[in-house]
Amino acid sequence: MLVEILFYIFATLLVAGALGVITARNPVYSVLFLVFSFVNSAAIWLLVEAEFLAIVLVLVYVGAVMVLFLFVVMMLDINLAEIRQGFTRFAWLGWITALALIAEITAVIWRNGLGGLDVGRGFVSEPANYSNTLELGRVLYTHYAYPFELAAVLLVVAIVAAIALTLRRRPGLKVQDISHQVAVRAEDRLRVVKVAAEKRS
Amino acid sequence: MNPHLLIAIPLAPLIAAVIAGLAGHRIGRAASHTITIAGVAIACGLSLYVLKQMYWDGVGTFNGPVYTWLVSDGVRIQVGFLIDRLSVLMMSVVTFVSLCVHVYTIGYMSDDPGYTRFFSYISLFTFAMLMLVMSNNFMQLFFGWEAVGMVSYLLIGFWYTRPSAIFANFKAFIVNRVGDFGFIIGIAALFSYTHSLSYTTAFAAAPHLAQQTLPVFGGVNALTLICVALFIGAMGKSAQVPLHVWLPDSMEGPTPISALIHAATMVTAGIFMVARMSPLFEHSSAALSFVLVIGATTAFFMGILGVVNNDIKRVIAYSTLSQLGYMTAALGASAYSAAIFHLMTHAFFKALLFLAAGSVIIGMHHEQDMRKMGGLGKYMPITAITCWVGGLALVATPFFSGFYSKDAIIEAVGMSQRWGSTYAYWCVLLGAYITSLYTFRLLFMTFHGEERFRKVHAEHGHDGHGEHGGHGVHEPHESPWVVTGPLIALAIPALLIGYFTVGKILYGNYFGSAIVVLPAHNVLGRMAAHYHGPLALALHAFVTAPFWLAVAGLFTAWLFVLKRPDLADAAAVKFAWLKRILDQKFYFDWFNEQVIARVSRGIGIGLWKAGDQGLIDGAVVNGTAASVGWLGGVVRRVQSGYLYSYAFWIVIGLAALLGWFLVHA
Amino acid sequence: MITLADMLTVSGILFALAVAGIFLNRKNVILLLMCVELLLLAANFNFIAFSRMLGDLTGQVFVFFVLTVAAAESAIGLAILVVLFRERRSINVEDLNTLKG
Repeated sequence: MLVEILFYIFATLLVAGALGVITARNPVYSVLFLVFSFVNSAAIWLLVEAEFLAIVLVLVYVGAVMVLFLFVVMMLDINLAEIRQGFTRFAWLGWITALALIAEITAVIWRNGLGGLDVGRGFVSEPANYSNTLELGRVLYTHYAYPFELAAVLLVVAIVAAIALTLRRRPGLKVQDISHQVAVRAEDRLRVVKVAAEKRS
Repeated sequence: MNPHLLIAIPLAPLIAAVIAGLAGHRIGRAASHTITIAGVAIACGLSLYVLKQMYWDGVGTFNGPVYTWLVSDGVRIQVGFLIDRLSVLMMSVVTFVSLCVHVYTIGYMSDDPGYTRFFSYISLFTFAMLMLVMSNNFMQLFFGWEAVGMVSYLLIGFWYTRPSAIFANFKAFIVNRVGDFGFIIGIAALFSYTHSLSYTTAFAAAPHLAQQTLPVFGGVNALTLICVALFIGAMGKSAQVPLHVWLPDSMEGPTPISALIHAATMVTAGIFMVARMSPLFEHSSAALSFVLVIGATTAFFMGILGVVNNDIKRVIAYSTLSQLGYMTAALGASAYSAAIFHLMTHAFFKALLFLAAGSVIIGMHHEQDMRKMGGLGKYMPITAITCWVGGLALVATPFFSGFYSKDAIIEAVGMSQRWGSTYAYWCVLLGAYITSLYTFRLLFMTFHGEERFRKVHAEHGHDGHGEHGGHGVHEPHESPWVVTGPLIALAIPALLIGYFTVGKILYGNYFGSAIVVLPAHNVLGRMAAHYHGPLALALHAFVTAPFWLAVAGLFTAWLFVLKRPDLADAAAVKFAWLKRILDQKFYFDWFNEQVIARVSRGIGIGLWKAGDQGLIDGAVVNGTAASVGWLGGVVRRVQSGYLYSYAFWIVIGLAALLGWFLVHA
Repeated sequence: MITLADMLTVSGILFALAVAGIFLNRKNVILLLMCVELLLLAANFNFIAFSRMLGDLTGQVFVFFVLTVAAAESAIGLAILVVLFRERRSINVEDLNTLKG
């Protein structure tokens, strides 16, 4: 019972956070609302005994991705006055679509029961000595070893891409170019000039 | 009979026409007329040979296909020949007259720039007519029918720079369309009942069809409908009231054409067709009554118009109308043989009259108004004599060919018991007087009396004929031998052919099974009982009404034209109302132009504005384009370039799809 | 006890709000990126819910991968954003309509 109450509290906060994300006029507030949403999500995930992912969510998202967002938001010289102008003409359509989607998804879940699944059944609690992290690690490092490696490669690629995209060489910047220094040859530096002898005047 | 020989008959003129038409400029004038005359001569020779085979050697009827064009749903559309005594007679007449016209054209058209084109056309015309006559199925009949029509339009509008020729051409085209519409409806109706296009099937089905009733106009006998529809086609081609209006105007074409098409061959297509369809018409008394009344009306009233006209060619054209009326009346009286017999004799003497008129026109330097002629007999004796022969044949002078055919028609109509025959009899009987009146009027005005051309030229000497300058009167002269030759060649049959063939064709069962007459309608059979040879027939004529009516006509013409021309003028003043009606040709043209044409144009303009411009162009064509453009304009906004908007549409689609599944789950 | 339906409903609401967020915000590309994060989060909710429901850890493994991909995506997305801002001095979505033909 307590779990349920907690769930509803967190779920409500999550939805409120999400609403805040999309309605806040200041992007900094949006990011903070997003952080709030992620924290609530992590709490819910804890309640449903997906502890590892909950921790990962907080560490990776709140700790890294959201900080990155915040960093970018603050770094860019955004004209806040313009940003705050509010919603567009078609906002009402967006709201209607959102409401329609919610109604439809809810209808799918509650009325149609997902084609035979017992949606009303609660999650069975794991035994006391069950470790979600251990079990997940067991699967991840055995059965999903290759995808796991691929994910690592993907992250590396993303890092390289992000750096490559944002890297810029400002003209006139005085830096060493190591490869250029290494690749230099004698002809580039030394010029042998033949000068005809001149008579003394 | 050898089919290859038969194929050669129509093909020879066709090949000649193609060569002269396509390569005329390259091979020159002489080669063009040589090749076309050779083509028609071959056709004529072969036709006469076939006639000899059939008549003297007793070769039977040929009826069979020579080429299958296509087979569709069991219907064979093919070129086939039905060569019996009826068609071989027509073939011979057509090719003979055509040959004469070809030769005559050398002289008549000698200074015309369209010389080779003209030869190509008349050769093509001969081909078309032969196809029509020789056909053994309705498809080929229709082909020939339309081909004849087409070439006639080409020929009427031969001098296509003249507005009047274009108008006449147009008129012939339109009027014939009306007739051909009826014709094709008749063929279609027949086809829908018999599911076959061959004559044989249609004729065999005639008694059966006579029992059928069509659910149109409150129930009509099927055969009557078919026959009337077919006859409407014949009315167009053979220029029967009220579809006759094109024929007088078609005199705009060169004179040889008038002789070839509008006297001897093309207009007889309708007569031939009805005679050919005699097994059908015989079973429908109502249709025959219709034919009879129309024919008799044409015979009488169109003849009257000839009396008041002053254009030499138009007078002959009206006489053609009148004579066609006689033939049609004979058909209506079930005297098919008499109609064909008159067709044949008429072909000779009418071609003769036209060619003679053409000769006069040449002699008068392209003057067609009879009021400016007179006294030409001593300048062009051969033309005058042959023209007199033609004229006497036309008025049914005993012993002349026209007498045997025309008197037989009058008598046959008189003996007919058909509904409307009394009216028809009076029409054709009085028609004899009218015929005589306009014929002798023409002869007197042209060849006798005062030499009015001198007076005319004294007054208008400097106006026309630039090449003659101010030399005053130029004397009329006799035409060259290429013109007079055909005149003589035609004068002989015009004079004699009736005497020698009347016994066989009218009373001697010449046609055999080619023409079917039910015993109850067989007026000619009853007339045959009183037949004692051509001589007795001719002598008997001196005590009959038609002869004395003709004499009365002669006297009237003499009185008004030669003796007292002032009387004619006085009569014209006194009977001004009658003259006005006649000058207006019974107001047929007025009615056609002011009522039918105007209403048609009104409907056409209405359909054009409302239907074509409004509905099709406006709503359908431009409407489609406009609505597509409008839709594009609306949908274009979707293509905003904003990524979120594309995402938005995806999500809306997702929502819609989800909703659809929910509703239909 | 928390039921599958509860989880899915929360996920659905989250998803719909994220979608609405994409349309509503015309001014800021960063917000769009954040909405995408929300979408992915909603998807992760589903993975976890079904994984727990069916007792199959594969679902959670997938969440792991999704998080990885999302991190990479936001890193690159932000990098692009920075480049974009440098080029056009703006991250206003309404300025970014060069896709229009």
